Amino acid sequence: MNTVVCMKQVPDTETLIKIGGEGTGIVTDGVKWVMSPYDEFAVEEALQQKEKLKAGQVTIVSLGPDRAIEAIRTGLAMGADTAVHINDSAYYDKADPYATAAVLAAAIKGLSYDAVFLGKQAMDDDAAQVPAILGEMLGLPVVTMVIKLEVADDKSKATVTREVEGGHAIIEVPLPAIFSAQKGLNEPRYASLPGIMKAKKKPVDVKTAADLGVDQTPMTTVKSLELPPARQAGKVIAGDDAAAKAAALAKALHDEAKLI
Amino acid sequence: MDFNFTDEQKMLRETAADFAVNEFTPLSEELDKEEKYPLEVWKKASALGLIGAWVPEEYGGAGVGFLGNAIITEEFSKIDLGIGLIVAGTFGCEAIYWAGTEDQKHEYLANVSQWHAISAGAFTEPNAGTDVAGASARAVRDGGDYVINGSKMFITNGCVCDFFVTLAVTNPEGDKRTNRHSLIIVDANLPGLTKTKIRGKMGIRASDTAEISYEDVRVPQAMLVGDREGQGFYQAMKFFDTTRIMVSAQGVGLARGALDKSVRYVKERTAFGKPLASFQITQQKIAEMAIRIEATRNLVYKSAWLLDQGQVDPVLNSITKYYAGETGVFCANYGVELHGGYGYIDEYEVQRYYRDAKILQLYEGTKEAEVLAIARRLLA
Repeated sequence: MNTVVCMKQVPDTETLIKIGGEGTGIVTDGVKWVMSPYDEFAVEEALQQKEKLKAGQVTIVSLGPDRAIEAIRTGLAMGADTAVHINDSAYYDKADPYATAAVLAAAIKGLSYDAVFLGKQAMDDDAAQVPAILGEMLGLPVVTMVIKLEVADDKSKATVTREVEGGHAIIEVPLPAIFSAQKGLNEPRYASLPGIMKAKKKPVDVKTAADLGVDQTPMTTVKSLELPPARQAGKVIAGDDAAAKAAALAKALHDEAKLI
Repeated sequence: MDFNFTDEQKMLRETAADFAVNEFTPLSEELDKEEKYPLEVWKKASALGLIGAWVPEEYGGAGVGFLGNAIITEEFSKIDLGIGLIVAGTFGCEAIYWAGTEDQKHEYLANVSQWHAISAGAFTEPNAGTDVAGASARAVRDGGDYVINGSKMFITNGCVCDFFVTLAVTNPEGDKRTNRHSLIIVDANLPGLTKTKIRGKMGIRASDTAEISYEDVRVPQAMLVGDREGQGFYQAMKFFDTTRIMVSAQGVGLARGALDKSVRYVKERTAFGKPLASFQITQQKIAEMAIRIEATRNLVYKSAWLLDQGQVDPVLNSITKYYAGETGVFCANYGVELHGGYGYIDEYEVQRYYRDAKILQLYEGTKEAEVLAIARRLLA
């Protein structure tokens, strides 16, 4: 089974985010970049499906600047076979989910595949739009929030479990199709040492958006970014009389916090 | 001169770091309390190629060299020095790498780097540690075998290993006390071996340490490391030159762990209405930790890099090992001080780092032995 994994490199989830530039981006100095955690599930699933059917290629497709190669290599070290790196800072810097999907779709069109995997959302902008837009652009069915996937032996269809409010839905979908991975789908493997040593020798096809014939104007623009408000200091109810303090607490919860 | 790590080395660091955080952290407290060896973690790490990664590809390892091994050791020790000692699952085999026959390399190096075996280096004796040539275990030729008698002390992996690389006297007639010994590979399941786990260590309690006694243990003479007797002392010295770098990397890792935890704590904890981090006395301690770590790290990488180039520098290795021990103990101590009373109880990990750190000045050459070696060269 041939699969494509769309992968994004994002700041490590433990990064202390600071807003920079003109207020529409983040300060990238000192940021540690990693593969978006939901995309790790996507890579792992592609590898597991390949291993189950004992045949096929896993291709990683990623839009990102030079630094994205590190996350791509991580995917290759985990076991993916090849990669397409759309290395185009100018396009990437202004791309919204629609423009991102457009360039990914163009890269994927040239590949042979039975399924496309993505994380359910990128851990940085949390837009969660690319899987659906990609489905529209490629004319393929999309199943989001996948937690279990079984592919028929003849690769004609897949039975998918996805999360729905309060339970699970089991869906059948013809292949090729697009799947977005939710936590619980699998346990991503570590890149093994032999995998790491092999990763450098695996082919990475580097392209620009222009190479792919894409010049998609973003449909949305970020006007500003804001950090959540800093937590306010707590209020201490002083005094020696427990009963009076309890009364003051009840009054504060009712009048000020409006919780009771 | 290029101080950059290769892409492979960066990824290797990431894998080792992720592995340690995910696999060590949940077990740290229990293994430390109960003095249990993390066999399952060793298996998982081995499956990823992290144990014996220094073994060249031709003998079955990942071939990342001793610098790669130092990187793995550093990241493991940053999380837990005791559990991180799974990296020493190849202990003793460094001597086989330097001095063994081709057949021995193909068999033993492959076994320890492909999770078929754990090894141990049996050098130290109850009455001979730093004085390596003072080892008195005896291997006597008998037909095609050696018959070994003696006892070994503080043997890392003693109860969990599959074989020992044993230092024993084969040539008592040798004209110097440094040409009387040989290294012999001894299967850990042979009759006559008694292994007694040593309990009650102050730190690195997840690492297995044992006392081993040999009573008429019979091994074929083909188990001699290398092709002639009387080389054991020199083989052991070369071995220590290799493993000293691993231990130095442990010091860097432990110190980095102590610094990380301290930085987090002093930003959160307040006194007199301000975070601890805002006080100059705190800043002084944090900065001093960082200074020593950076200096030690560069020593470790240089020593390891030289070793990978085949340019062993024993004095540099002694300097590295000495300073790494100092840095580990220094940073663990400041870590506890910065945590105040909380640093003294087991709810906070720095107390384990404090207990673990001291071994860095004791094993693989005490700090006093390192000082001797450095001074001897300078004053010769």
